[in-house]
Parts: sequence; C-alpha cells; structure tokens
Amino acid sequence: MSISFVTETPKKELPSIHEANKQSNQVVFDTKQLNLWYGDTHALKEVDLLIYEKEITAIIGPSGCGKSTYLKTLNRMVELVPTVKISGNITYKNKDILDRSFKVEELRTLVGMVFQKPNPFPKSIYDNVAYGAKIHGIRNKKILDEIVERSLKGAALWDEVKDRLKENAYGLSGGQQQRLCIARTLAIEPDVILMDEPTSALDPISTSKIEELIQTLKKDYSIIIVTHNMQQAARISDRTAFFLNGEVVEYDKTEKLFSNPNDKRTEDYITGRFG
Amino acid sequence: MKLMDPSKMQARMHRRIYQNNILKYIFLLATLFGLVVLATLIIRVLNDGLGWIDFNFLTGRLSNDAERAGIMGAILGTFWLMVVVAPVTLIVGIGTAIFLELYLKKGKAQSFIQTNISNLAGVPSIVYGILGLTIFVRLMDMGNIVLAGGLTLSLLVLPIIIVAAQEAIRAVPSFLTEASYGMGATKWQTIKNIILPAALPGMLTGAILALSRAIGETAPLTVIGIPALIIPFPSGITDKFTALPMQIYYWTLDSSLVAEYANLAAATIVVLLLLLFILNSTAIFIRNKFQQRY
Ligand SMILES: Nc1ncnc2c1ncn2[C@@H]1O[C@H](COP(=O)(O)OP(=O)(O)O)[C@@H](O)[C@H]1O
Ligand SMILES: [Mg+2]
Repeated sequence: MSISFVTETPKKELPSIHEANKQSNQVVFDTKQLNLWYGDTHALKEVDLLIYEKEITAIIGPSGCGKSTYLKTLNRMVELVPTVKISGNITYKNKDILDRSFKVEELRTLVGMVFQKPNPFPKSIYDNVAYGAKIHGIRNKKILDEIVERSLKGAALWDEVKDRLKENAYGLSGGQQQRLCIARTLAIEPDVILMDEPTSALDPISTSKIEELIQTLKKDYSIIIVTHNMQQAARISDRTAFFLNGEVVEYDKTEKLFSNPNDKRTEDYITGRFG
Repeated sequence: MKLMDPSKMQARMHRRIYQNNILKYIFLLATLFGLVVLATLIIRVLNDGLGWIDFNFLTGRLSNDAERAGIMGAILGTFWLMVVVAPVTLIVGIGTAIFLELYLKKGKAQSFIQTNISNLAGVPSIVYGILGLTIFVRLMDMGNIVLAGGLTLSLLVLPIIIVAAQEAIRAVPSFLTEASYGMGATKWQTIKNIILPAALPGMLTGAILALSRAIGETAPLTVIGIPALIIPFPSGITDKFTALPMQIYYWTLDSSLVAEYANLAAATIVVLLLLLFILNSTAIFIRNKFQQRY
C-alpha cells in the first residue's frame, strides 16, 4: 500500500499562482482586484479571493464591511442598485462574469441565492418551489412534481409539508420558510449557493437544522455563507474570509484562521475585541 | 427645592384643560360642517326624487312630458362610456405606471414626467373637455359619439389611475422581486409573476375609483357638445348619446320652465349615487379580498 500526501487529487491542474492550494478542490470563483462603489461609497477595495468547489466558504466581519455586497456581486444582484460601479475581475469556472455578454439570467441559474430574511412568494408551497423551473420554461406537470419533491427532500422539508403543498407558504414557521427558500434555490439546480446570513432571523433550533442541512448540501454544491456568528463560521465552514472596511484582511482554512490568525485585526475580531 | 411652583401650576392646569376641550369642539364642528351639508343634500335628493323612481322612469325613453320621461338612454350612455373608459384607462394607466416605475431610470426625465402627471391630476376637467373637443371630435372627426366622450373622460382620469398603480407597484416588497431575479427570472417574468399579482388589487381599486370619477363628470361632456335630447338608445360606442350627469344638468337647467324637472333631476341623482356606491363598494371588496399577505 502506497502512502500519499495528497488526499484528494485535483480534477484539473491549476495555474501556478494557485500552487499553495494544490490540495484543494477546483476553483469556482476567482476574484481579482475587485473594487465596487455605491455612488461615492467605496464598498469593496481590491478584493482578491478564490472560492473552491464543494466547500463551504464563510465570510465574516463587522456590519457594513461589504460582506453582502461581495456576495451579491457574485450573482450580479448588486447591479439592481443603479449607482453601482465595479472594476476588476471575477471569473466563474474561467468565464468572466462581469462581461456584458454573460447573461445575468444564466449566471443566476448557476449561482443561486438564499437571503437573510426568509422571503417566500405569497403563493403555495408547491408554486414557490416550482417557480424557478417554470420561469426556465418547464411546463410538464410530471417533471415539475418531481423537481418539487426532490428539492423539498434536498432541503429536509418534504416530510413536514408533503401533505400541504397547496397551502400558502406564509403558513410555515420561520425556519420552515427558510428551508423552503433553500428548496426553491435547489430547484433551479445551481452549482453554487450564496447565503446571506440565512439563520440570523431564526431561533436556535431552526438555526441548527439549517446548519445541518448546509453540511449535507456541501456534497453537491459549493456554498458561500455570510455570517455574523463566528461560532457558526467555525462550526460549518472549510474556509473563512475576514472582511473589514471593504477589504479582505485574511483568508485561510477555517481551522487555521480561528486558531492561529496571521493578522492582529483578525485576532481582535474573533476574540470579540470589536465588531 | 422645587423649581416649579405647585400653586401656579395648578392655576395653569385649568387653562390648559379648558383649551384642550375647546379645540376638541372646534375640530368636531369642522367635521360636522361636511357631514351636515352632505346629509342635507342626500335627504333633499331622496325627498324630491325617490317618489319618481319607478319602472317606467328607469326603462323609458326621454320625453318633454315629465310624467312619461325615462332615463334608459342616459343609463345606456353611461354604460357605453364605461365600456370605453375602463379598458383604455386600465391598459394605458397600468402600462404607464409599469414603465415609469420599473423601466425608466431614476433621474431628471423621470422626475419631470412624474411632476407633470401629478400636475395633470389637478387640471380642471373643462380643460380636458376642450382637449377632447379639439382632438377627438374635430381633428379626428369623430363627432360627439360615445367613443369621443369616453376617450376624453379617459384622459381626465388617467393621472388618477397612473398614480394609484405606481403606488401599488412601489408597495410590492423588494424581497419578493429580489427572490425572483435571484433565480434567473427576467424583468418581464418578474413583473408578470410577482409584481402584477401583488399590485393588482391596488391597481384595480384605483381604476374603479377613477371610473367612478369619470361617470360623474359633466363639464367635459358639455364642452364636446353632448346634446340634451336624444331619443334613440345608444347601442354601441359609435352612437350619439347622453349620460346620467348630462341628464341631471339639463333637467336642473330647465326646472324653471317645468317644475317637475327638478324631481326628475333628483331621481336621476339617486340612480347615479347608487351606481357610484356600487362601484366604490366593489373597490373596497377587491382590496380586502385579493390583497396578498406576507
Ligand atoms: N444599496 C446601497 N446603496 C448605497 N450604499 C450601500 C448600499 N448597500 C450597501 N451600501 C454600503 O456599502 C457598505 C457595505 O454594505 P454591506 O455589503 O451591506 O455590508 P455587510 O453585509 O457587511 O453588513 C456599507 O457602507 C453600506 O452602507
Ligand atoms: Mg449584510
């Protein structure tokens, strides 16, 4: 039996700048020198970040440091704000997503999003989950049924709602609503799921259910999660990026970042000295 | 040591409470003024008109003989006006609101248009009559038919429905539209599936209120030359017509010649008020019944 230092072989040889990450999965998002302004507010400054496939990447940092902004740049939702200006580069699997020819509709099918406050549509549970498939042109009832069932199972909600699919989504509890929103995102069969503080509006029990769910989703999806809660980042993520005033102060394996941070500011933040 | 002298405070206390009570009654009087005038009007109208409403009055043709005169022609005229005004204002009004709220970029042009729409809502209705006379009756050579009257009234109430529809669109929470965009929906898919269903009750309410404003208008119809006496019933939007408010207007004018015409005018007012009441109740019903909750 041969002994190997490399536990996982990368599927594709990465360029040399990624030498240090040779043991990692493939890169999904490569962000280079990203700057973003809301009018005169410089919200992201020279952000460089590599996001890896089938990992959970946590983004932490104090309020207003640009976590949500960075996340919304990855699916270009940030463009809904008319005053936004962006410079720099983001590639998704080597395709430039900031390029005009990259259609946002296509990007957002590859990169789904779960929001801070559960935001189901005021429609039935079924119609919420089927929404994505319908807007992408699927009309066949059988296929829709299957998508709805699979997505709800994927979001660990099926057993709780299978007898009330026709009921309004707002009859569900907050935690169920958030899992419904996750199911709704799974239904468009994305590669990446962005989550912006998905548990911050929930009670501890619902929160731990969602955390468990995120762990299982990691098998099939690359997940980027913004969180206010450092224990959460430490518990569930593989890598953590610490943002401060629009800059990435430190980005490392979660274990390393929390046990032995390189930067004094990271240490101050994770030990609760500010934030 | 206390800085406020209790005995002086006591003295002022009475004045303050007295002032409070006086003001309460002044506000009550202000409210009563409107209520009393309205009640008087309704009682007088019912008193003068109710006895004149019978089957013949509702279904009969116009006549110089007060005993035989009926308002079916005016009812049909008002009906056909609504057939023109409702779809025109709904389509043009909601379309304009969607464009202004969801497509036009915020900026100088947008605020210029917005200001003008608000100003148009305050333009006297007789001005719209002149506009309608110039454009529809003369320039487009329609003559004084239902279509010309309906389009004129549509212009008059469009600002109302545009503003109402804009407010309804603005009231749709952004977390719903974001969820839709976030799944790769296009703007139109988001409008159709999320924004319109949520905004529709508000839009329809605004449309019905606009409609009820339109069917009560007299001045613009007078200006475009809607005649006093039309014997044949209008059977479509290209016919000549008269409408309920016109009928009220002419009967009131001629009541110095024939005293009973005042009763006919009152009876027609009752019918018109009833119609307005039904329309407004429908608006409230729609708002309560179809309002989405989130
Ligand atoms: N729509 C917006 N318009 C203008 N400024 C914004 C907008 N959204 C966020 N910002 C600003 O950008 C900065 C980063 O915000 P955000 O990304 O929401 O921070 P975080 O999610 O880390 O709390 C803040 O200074 C915030 O005020
Ligand atoms: Mg945020």
